[in-house]
Amino acid sequence: MSTPTATRTLLEVDDLHVHLGESHILQGVSFQVPAGGVTALLGRNGAGKTTTIKAILGLVGRSGSIRLSNRELSRMTTHEIVRLGIGYVPEEREVFSELTVAENLRLAERDKRPRYDLVFDVFPELEQRRAQAAGSLSGGQQQMVAVARALLNDNQIILVDEPTKGLSPLMVAKAASALKRAAQAATLLLVEQNLQVARDLAEKVIVLDEGRVAYTGDVADLLADPALARRYLGVGGH
Amino acid sequence: MSTVVLLLVTGLGLGALYFLIASGLSLTYGLMRVLNFAHGIFLTVGGYASWWIAVRLPFGDPWRFLVALLGCLVVGAIVAAAVEIGLIRPLYRRHVEQVLVTVGLALAFTALVQGTFGPDPISYPAPSWTQGVTQVAGANIPNSRLLAIAVAAVVFLVLSAFLRFTRWGLIVRAGVENRAMVAALGIDVQRAFTLVFALGGVAAALAGALGALYFGNIDPERGTATLIFAFIVIVIGGLGSFTGSALAAVVVGLLQQFMNYYASVYWGFSAAGDLSVVLLLAVVLLWRPQGLLGRSVG
Amino acid sequence: MLHQLRSGRSTVAAFVIFALLAAIPFVDFEIPGLFNGPLNGPGTLQLLALCATFAGVALSYNLLFGYTGLLSFGHALYFSTGIYVADILLTRYHWALLPAIAATFAAGIVLPFVLGAVSLRVGGIAFAMVTLAFAQAGSILVLENPGRLTGGEEGLGLDVTNLPSFLIGVVNTQYLYWIALAYLVLTFVICWWTVNSRPGRVGQAIRENERRVEVMGLNPFAFKLLAFTLSGFLATLGGIVYLLLLGGATPEVTTANLSLALLLMVVLGGAGTLWGPALGGALYEYLDFRLLKLSSSSEIASLPGWLRAPLAEPLFILGALFIVLVFFFPGGIAGIAGRLRRRPRQQPTAVDVEVQPEVAQ
Repeated sequence: MSTPTATRTLLEVDDLHVHLGESHILQGVSFQVPAGGVTALLGRNGAGKTTTIKAILGLVGRSGSIRLSNRELSRMTTHEIVRLGIGYVPEEREVFSELTVAENLRLAERDKRPRYDLVFDVFPELEQRRAQAAGSLSGGQQQMVAVARALLNDNQIILVDEPTKGLSPLMVAKAASALKRAAQAATLLLVEQNLQVARDLAEKVIVLDEGRVAYTGDVADLLADPALARRYLGVGGH
Repeated sequence: MSTVVLLLVTGLGLGALYFLIASGLSLTYGLMRVLNFAHGIFLTVGGYASWWIAVRLPFGDPWRFLVALLGCLVVGAIVAAAVEIGLIRPLYRRHVEQVLVTVGLALAFTALVQGTFGPDPISYPAPSWTQGVTQVAGANIPNSRLLAIAVAAVVFLVLSAFLRFTRWGLIVRAGVENRAMVAALGIDVQRAFTLVFALGGVAAALAGALGALYFGNIDPERGTATLIFAFIVIVIGGLGSFTGSALAAVVVGLLQQFMNYYASVYWGFSAAGDLSVVLLLAVVLLWRPQGLLGRSVG
Repeated sequence: MLHQLRSGRSTVAAFVIFALLAAIPFVDFEIPGLFNGPLNGPGTLQLLALCATFAGVALSYNLLFGYTGLLSFGHALYFSTGIYVADILLTRYHWALLPAIAATFAAGIVLPFVLGAVSLRVGGIAFAMVTLAFAQAGSILVLENPGRLTGGEEGLGLDVTNLPSFLIGVVNTQYLYWIALAYLVLTFVICWWTVNSRPGRVGQAIRENERRVEVMGLNPFAFKLLAFTLSGFLATLGGIVYLLLLGGATPEVTTANLSLALLLMVVLGGAGTLWGPALGGALYEYLDFRLLKLSSSSEIASLPGWLRAPLAEPLFILGALFIVLVFFFPGGIAGIAGRLRRRPRQQPTAVDVEVQPEVAQ
């Protein structure tokens, strides 16, 4: 069992509901993300992980309370929320294919001094491919752009949605090490299906099941218990 | 031969007018997914504003024309911004309602203009040099056509540069692809909407003023009549593609001009150009539904 | 709305209403202010017949827009096909009535089928613009007066020599009224049946979520084309009735303004309901008729200039009505009635339709 620590709560979600069409996707999700480190958001397919991320950002209609450093987000529009200091690495990367790598990064600039030095240190390849159209990049390279966008600015928290999806094992390792660098500068809320990566990066875990929070605790505890892991994640823990 | 040159240049002139209207529609649609049926009223506003200013100025050409032109551009921008903020923005994401509201606005505004200024065309005090002709390759080309082509070319270059080199242009280009993600990067997409709408309004107002020179008068119905062709142009060019609308405008203008002339000469059928444009639309849809330069969705 | 239709109560109500409407030619009753003259007088019957006709045409458009979610701006094309084809065959070629009607039926099936097959290659807004373009082509063609067939700007008066006598003459207006009413009942029944049948339910599913329909292994294109063709055919029928009522064709019926008026009728009544658009069509036609008298009346002439100018233009009122409806009454009359009856309706929108992708997938 984890002992209560003295870290402050960075992000607090309370009784979050999301309806999409006829479906009631999030049915009262409540959790807290502590400042610092990496918190994993796990769950089966369709449990509502991506919807939760989108709800925090205001990309879907939602009801309930969302507080970032005690600022209430639920009344704000997406761009206002993001300007408070939230980075976003979406599930489908969503880089702008008609724009070059440099333009994709330029668009993401928010602060007076964007951290290109950090970005090109973590992703030297992006510096080489600055003038290349993002649509012609490989999946792994597009993922780099997506993560780089979040690294550019000074963020309180970065929401990362399945960053290793569809990547080769080599790219998965690269992505994981990039995220570790990111975690040094900001808190991460990481949605992952790859449990290896989740255990590697995260300390705390929140598990969603059918639109509700089913379990919170330490990552190691969850994955060490095969019965628990199978029940919530649909796989044996390892 | 000189006939061909004349048709070529007048066709390009017509295409120039179409481009000026279609460019705003294309950007607005690409970024906002709004089909603005009221876009034609910006053309009407442009025509009537430049006339209203021109007849009240105490001095003559060329300054009279230039001041009236500048004035009508300002009016076009203001009206466009007002429409976006007052009618479009409150209906964000309700696309069908946005269409309905712009349709209503188009009808009401045209009727208002007809009621206020009368339904008949009003003659426009054009600068005398625009009424003259220039010899090009043996053909006598009306200067108003050449002016329209020159202006459209400048607008194309300016807008292309805007899209390519400025931050707002970058935001528009990205927003056309994925506006939710642009907002998720902390950018106020709504302001981009208003900007694009206003730019479209300015371009259409310009078309209205140039059209007044082209046809020698202003007329309440012209906005709606030209708008239909502008719609065809942006579908042929590819919805949301700025260069596509330029290309399609040229093609449509040329086709219409050539067909109207030859069909009326050989068959006594003067509307063949208009019909063949619709036929072209059907052909493009069958062969390449996303338009000449559009991207397939999916 | 579906449960509204399936309940036996609604069927009985519909029966009663139509029976009452059919009985009007026997009712010698005056409603001053609403109608000039008694209910069974030819003037009122003519107006009611026109209202019934447009109610039917509005229903045909509702099949396309309200139920299948296809925003067409060219529906007037099929309505005017009915008018002009029948008129030309009867007047220019002196065909007998039944062959002319049969040929018009054929046109009313072939034309929407062919144009629909092309237009449905794209969806959403592009589709709307394409339908507008085709309707414009029709309008241009009519005005061009090729072979002096359509009468151009002046229109084409109907030659009644081949018509049976009960369709001609003011004294026989009641028969025309019954024919118009029959048309309305026919469209109503066909729409009701279509909505409740399997193809109809697929059509509505397409409106909600086209991908889901594809995933089910169905071909949305075929259903959309079916809806488009049926809707066009019903409009053509309405055109024939309209021709008989007015005794001629004029180019106004080919304009985009009429297509927009149809859209307004459906939105006014409540898109996607059954009786809503019918009511919207009837109400619109009635208002159009009365406002025409109003705009040239002495009351309007005495208004100050800035108020008089717009109000004297019927299109201004049409346009302003659109805007007001969308902002304040998006569900139309049916929406208001629904709210009054406290049917659960989340945020009324004019149509619960997401713009479909531009390119057919």
